[in-house]
Amino acid sequence: MSGLLIDDVSMRFELPDGGAVQALKNVTLDIKAGELMSVLGPSGCGKTTLLNIVAGFLAPTEGQVVLNNATVHGPGPERGMVFQQGALFEWMSVRENVGFGPAMKGQKREAAERVDHLLDVVGLQDFKEKAVYELSGGMQQRVALARCLANDPDVILMDEPLGALDALTREKMQSLVLDLWKETGKTIILITHSVEEALLLGERLLVMAPRPGRIHKEYRLPFADMGVGNDLREVKKHGDYNTTREEILAMIWDMEEEIMGRAEGAGA
Amino acid sequence: MIIALIYVAIFVIAFFAVRFIATFLSHRTDFTSLKTVTFGDESAVRADRRASVISVVAIFLIWGAFTGSSWIPRFLHAPGPFVGDGSFEYVVKAPDGSTDTSSVNWRVEVVRGEGEPIAADEGDGFALGDALMITKYRSGQLIWDKNDEFTRKDGALVVEINGTPVDFDPNMRDDNGNLVQSKPRVKIDNGTVTFTDKGALSISPNEGWQMEPIWLPPPEAVWKRLIEISSEGYQNSTLWEHLGLSLFRVVVGFVLGALVGIPLGYAMGLSNWFRGWFDPIVEFMRPVPPLALIPLVIIWAGIGETGKIILLFLAALWIMTIAARAGVSGVNITKVHAAYSLGASKYQLMRHVIVPNSLPEIFTGARVAMGVCWGTVVAAELVAAEVGAGMMIMVASKFQLTDIVIMGIILIGIIGYGIDILMREAEKYLVPWKGRG
Ligand SMILES: Nc1ncnc2c1ncn2[C@@H]1O[C@H](COP(=O)(O)OP(=O)(O)OP(=O)(O)O)[C@@H](O)[C@H]1O
Ligand SMILES: [Mg+2]
Repeated sequence: MSGLLIDDVSMRFELPDGGAVQALKNVTLDIKAGELMSVLGPSGCGKTTLLNIVAGFLAPTEGQVVLNNATVHGPGPERGMVFQQGALFEWMSVRENVGFGPAMKGQKREAAERVDHLLDVVGLQDFKEKAVYELSGGMQQRVALARCLANDPDVILMDEPLGALDALTREKMQSLVLDLWKETGKTIILITHSVEEALLLGERLLVMAPRPGRIHKEYRLPFADMGVGNDLREVKKHGDYNTTREEILAMIWDMEEEIMGRAEGAGA
Repeated sequence: MIIALIYVAIFVIAFFAVRFIATFLSHRTDFTSLKTVTFGDESAVRADRRASVISVVAIFLIWGAFTGSSWIPRFLHAPGPFVGDGSFEYVVKAPDGSTDTSSVNWRVEVVRGEGEPIAADEGDGFALGDALMITKYRSGQLIWDKNDEFTRKDGALVVEINGTPVDFDPNMRDDNGNLVQSKPRVKIDNGTVTFTDKGALSISPNEGWQMEPIWLPPPEAVWKRLIEISSEGYQNSTLWEHLGLSLFRVVVGFVLGALVGIPLGYAMGLSNWFRGWFDPIVEFMRPVPPLALIPLVIIWAGIGETGKIILLFLAALWIMTIAARAGVSGVNITKVHAAYSLGASKYQLMRHVIVPNSLPEIFTGARVAMGVCWGTVVAAELVAAEVGAGMMIMVASKFQLTDIVIMGIILIGIIGYGIDILMREAEKYLVPWKGRG
């Protein structure tokens, strides 16, 4: 079976002061190859932790992650990661950044064409010899996306990849992600704080709840398919889009209230 | 003391003058700056090059003015020591109570024994006129009674100088033989007259505000020395040998320190065991100034090249170790994660991420280390060396050759500054991503 299985994963952080944080509790998810899943949830509910476990940066205290029938132990090139920011290598040019993965495999020459093509796809052909610190934030994220794709991973993990961008750039990048998803057929897990983004960029939308971090509710949505190749603003006019959005907003709002209330109760 | 006070006063005045001029200039020309918040915005503070130029020129002007430099127009000179002729009158009281007026003609000559001697006035009565030659910057002592009828031994006393009554009897002593009366001072034209302990007259021509060349030679003297020494050498070595050897020691010590320190720093940044093993050593050695190691290094390795290079090696070692360690610790964890996710091996991570990421830190460390090494080598040469910039000024100072000392200090400063500029340029060229992460 090809696909990504998150199998009853729990994560408990032991704190130096003797306490512990249950960041994830019994999270089980079965993600099929080529699925696009967005993850939403209040701050601190364990989204990043979950992604880090899938990427292999953290080993879960319980459970396991299985990709293509192999248990994950540590990071690997079949699981690519796009970070919010600061993950590009500023001592390399744009082209060298994008070609980093193939170069590590010793396939620099063979991959040169694909790198060039990807630079075209993300619209950075004219900037390929520039240093990455000379690019704008949106351009840098496009480099990060191209770098991830150049390595041809099975799964792409994105932790708030568009979080630091302005609204307009963000919208363009959302279209780009959708197009790339359709074009490449990659499995993508995308964490976001924006409900709109989660709706637009999720065939499946996962809402997580905090303390302990767990899956609260899951949606299957049609908007990602609608958005491919189309104006995302048209998608947003869809009736279902707005009702789902209101529903999820209310859900997260309640969770946030509960957290605040609990914090106040603990303080009193 | 007075010279020091004058110097400080000049320093302060010049400081404010330069600042005033600099702000005045920048206010006039800074209209292109559209930043409204500049005070507190460090990035808006640029060294004002005009201020730098003015400050350097001012230093030279002050230096020239206070040494009577011939490079500087005369009207800018601080008043110099008096050179020329003077005279005053004094009244001697004979043991029998009778008085006689006599005169002193004195002349300040520039070089001892080279001035035209001055003649004494004849005088009448029992006290005859005196003449005295004084060397520039010195005072002169006049045995006023040597040609008189009554001498101090006979009980003759000076009771008036230029009409000012003075009351000083060197024969009045307490039981310990100390003077009972304090010595009066009388201002005369272009100088001051006072007494010696034995009752002779001491004439100090006005010193003026200039520094004596053995304290501070004028700039042209230093320049002449530079030319002379760069062609003829000093202490059996040419100037370039002195400076070159110092530089050579620095470079060798620094390179050795970097060769050991950088890998050590990497190891400390990457391995618990290395970190634990070397932490106490590095943290202990870090606050020990390299200069404090000089005695030990001399005991162990003698005053030859080995000792100096060991010293500089140690000076550079800890700085480079700490810089490399900081460079490794400073790597953003997302970069490491990204590299691993892209399939990098540990070695590749090291080669393509950790090392380039730590280069800016290492360059900063290298700049500091070169500066410290340069300072240390000069200090070590002051203590013991046969050739070197520090040795040159140390030997010169023993012979009161202030011009060589100053020339050496200036050259040491210029070279240190030059090293730093070179390192900064290299940094700009080799790690252009510094601070852009
Ligand atoms: N290394 C760690 N040590 C201790 N606790 C941790 C650690 N990493 C995360 N946590 C805790 O685990 C919980 C989940 O953190 P996580 O970063 O996964 O949240 P998140 O959903 O990504 O939040 P955000 O939306 O703010 O990014 C938090 O309560 C956090 O304090
Ligand atoms: Mg997070």
